[in-house]
Amino acid sequence: MTAASKIEDARTALARWAEQAGRPLTLMEVCGTHTMAIYRHGIRSFLPPNVRLISGPGCPVCVTSQGQVDQIVELSRRSEVTIATFGDMVRVSGSASSLERERARGADVRIVYSPHDAVSLAEALPSRQVVFIAIGFETTVPTEAAAVAEARRRGLRNFTILAAGKLVPPAMTALLESGELELDGLICPGHVSVIIGSAAYEPFAANYHIPCVVTGFEPTEILDGLAALLRQAAEGRAEVENLYGIWVRPEGNRKAQELIHRMFRPGPSTWRGLGAIPGSGCHLRDEWREFDAAQRFGVAEGEAPEPPGCRCGDVLCGRLRPYECPLFARVCTPENPIGPCMVSTEGSCAAAYRYGRERSE
Amino acid sequence: MCLAIPAKLVEVHGNEGVIELAGSRKTVLLTLVGDARVGQYVLLHAGYAIEVIDEAEAREVAALQRTVFEAEEENQ
Repeated sequence: MTAASKIEDARTALARWAEQAGRPLTLMEVCGTHTMAIYRHGIRSFLPPNVRLISGPGCPVCVTSQGQVDQIVELSRRSEVTIATFGDMVRVSGSASSLERERARGADVRIVYSPHDAVSLAEALPSRQVVFIAIGFETTVPTEAAAVAEARRRGLRNFTILAAGKLVPPAMTALLESGELELDGLICPGHVSVIIGSAAYEPFAANYHIPCVVTGFEPTEILDGLAALLRQAAEGRAEVENLYGIWVRPEGNRKAQELIHRMFRPGPSTWRGLGAIPGSGCHLRDEWREFDAAQRFGVAEGEAPEPPGCRCGDVLCGRLRPYECPLFARVCTPENPIGPCMVSTEGSCAAAYRYGRERSE
Repeated sequence: MCLAIPAKLVEVHGNEGVIELAGSRKTVLLTLVGDARVGQYVLLHAGYAIEVIDEAEAREVAALQRTVFEAEEENQ
């Protein structure tokens, strides 16, 4: 079957199930990589008129709280500290500065591709204190845990992490419990699911009667996922369907889960747009405390207001479309971003800006 | 940030492997997966394999990616 006919089949299925449902339906994707793919491929142009697709809090950089960005900036100001970070974090502005601006003022900020590279960096720079900014969801947290275990194995005393990992299911619960959104289906985060497994969404289907689908990132996979959600809605079902079975098992990656559990305990974490969510943060357990940068350098996460006028918090929760923000494309652009949703390549605003506003509708 | 890509394992040395991707070779960490063998496909994220599957299963992925490639060609 050619791609064109696959896409045509998906369009037919979407129209059929949307018509059969016979009511307005709101679906949400909860993964920044999906958000990017949806804008890039113009997926919304395939949706029947009664179906709306909104983006959820799926971009780790974007959901990092303003207070935590300030904490990261504060760490970079320590003369003994070398910051190792994923690239997306560098341009995110806190209350007064960003890693990019601190670097221009002389701070040592290095972009790494893998947390493991940060460990090697610490080994190569024995006179520096290397702090890895460990943001990310369940996909990334095990790689960070593996890096910390490796640092212990190598006996490194100059490597710590800012433990800022976040867990997706508690945020999904918070979003559904807020009662602000009437959701008729969830596109679950594909690569988070590789780690936590498709069964992790069973409580959402059962307790909130919300159809859930795990799917991949190619246009046909996303369209098939959306059609599956519409079909469930039309038939009055709420189940977890796994269309990404090639990589996602119901139980997920147990080895990675065990590593997360061994190193981190779940605790509160503050999400931009959602506030503090119990059990959604990855805090280092006592036996790994020596790797805790916040403790070693005495830099805590405070509270900080959002940048004036920035509506990233509303965009992240699906309350606002990027172009509905008064700053979007006028004041806030990828060259001069005000909020993190315009900085990260996976942010809804950056995706909407890059691939066009009209096309997204 | 949760971007992950499939790649074929061409060497395995304990907790490290070598993958081949678009003609170039790269070292990856196998710490997060069980026994991975040469010829299997891994899903790569931030330098680590986060899942591993057999070649036969991976052919489906390759076929899917080909259809997508065709679609993009058609759109140009």
